[in-house]
Amino acid sequence: MISLQDLTFSYRKGHLVLNNLQLHFEPGRIYGLLGKNGAGKSSLLYNICGLLYPQAGQCQVMGFNPAKRQPAFLRQVYLLPEAFHLPDVDIDQYVRLYAPFYPGFDSAAFDRHLDVFEVPRRQQLHALSHGQQKKVLISFALATTARILIMDEPTNGLDIPSKRQFRKVIAGCLREDQCMIISTHQVKDLDSLIDEVLILENGRIILKEPVTRITEKLSFRQVLSLEETEAPLYSEGALKGYAIVAVNRREEHSRLDMEMFFNAVMVEKEKILPLFTR
Amino acid sequence: MEFNNTQAIYLQIADYVCDRVQLRQWLPDAKVPSVRDLAVTLEVNPNTVMRSYEHLQQQGVIYTRRGMGYFVSEDAVKKIAALRREQFLQEELPQFFRKMYLLGFELDELKTRYEKYKQQHAKSIH
Repeated sequence: MISLQDLTFSYRKGHLVLNNLQLHFEPGRIYGLLGKNGAGKSSLLYNICGLLYPQAGQCQVMGFNPAKRQPAFLRQVYLLPEAFHLPDVDIDQYVRLYAPFYPGFDSAAFDRHLDVFEVPRRQQLHALSHGQQKKVLISFALATTARILIMDEPTNGLDIPSKRQFRKVIAGCLREDQCMIISTHQVKDLDSLIDEVLILENGRIILKEPVTRITEKLSFRQVLSLEETEAPLYSEGALKGYAIVAVNRREEHSRLDMEMFFNAVMVEKEKILPLFTR
Repeated sequence: MEFNNTQAIYLQIADYVCDRVQLRQWLPDAKVPSVRDLAVTLEVNPNTVMRSYEHLQQQGVIYTRRGMGYFVSEDAVKKIAALRREQFLQEELPQFFRKMYLLGFELDELKTRYEKYKQQHAKSIH
């Protein structure tokens, strides 16, 4: 559905932000894009939706070249940016203004999402808090039914109950012909939603694996002392003993702790990444 | 539902379904919630629920009717009991034994306690 070949991008000469990326995304899946600040996450997402152009290489999305920004492409793509500025209109006016760009816009779904998020329907957007505005945008994004849905830090600025609501709404929305890419630092909010993890570092994708394959290779568990297991790949002191990442030798079915996995990959790249080479 | 941090989510969802069936909340030949509905209830990716359902289908706990979704198998309660007994023997008992061994208990010492527990439990049920 999305295919990047040798994609290279930089804002200025001599400093590559995205370095020769090869990437494929399939429909019906939710991808979690992880990376430290400045790793190039947003640049990657912007290349996919045609806001930035690659310096070299190919970017193909649903058969389109995003850089051409053809209407037939744009009506099937929605980017929810991390920072946004909404016009000073009410929610109905906003929908009247922007929904026509998306022929698949589902007004009933939009109302349902706002309901779940408990956002009052008759409101001037500027009268809403930042978090409330974000919920309007998330609801709008999902209601477009765009086949490519990209969300940059969607749970930033949401309060604790809205993070649950966010998971509910997403769980009920994903369609088989749709691909969602979510970039995030708040992995704890989202790890039950993500099918496949991508880790971007210094402009390169150092890992792209389904959650199922990660837990096939690695086991995540709590131990009382580090002596009772063979040397783990990575460990963090926890309240009661240690949380560890170890090679999964006994075919355990443990739950992926995405945050710890990310930390483990950052610290122990040489030990962990080779487990996933094919 | 609160997920624990140790077991794969798809297995925890399978357990959740088995609980509903064992508690007779979901009856034999009744339809189980659609993948999407359960995903929304549990706030997880629908693909994960799908994986749980496929797993349960393999175990014979639920079955599929074309285009209509998943249903509780006729003998699901029996199958779940068998599966859970096996799971107990394979996973929980070794840990129990390990603790027993570490603390220096013999089976005989626990036997009277277990008999007492059974009596109390029988009383609380009737």
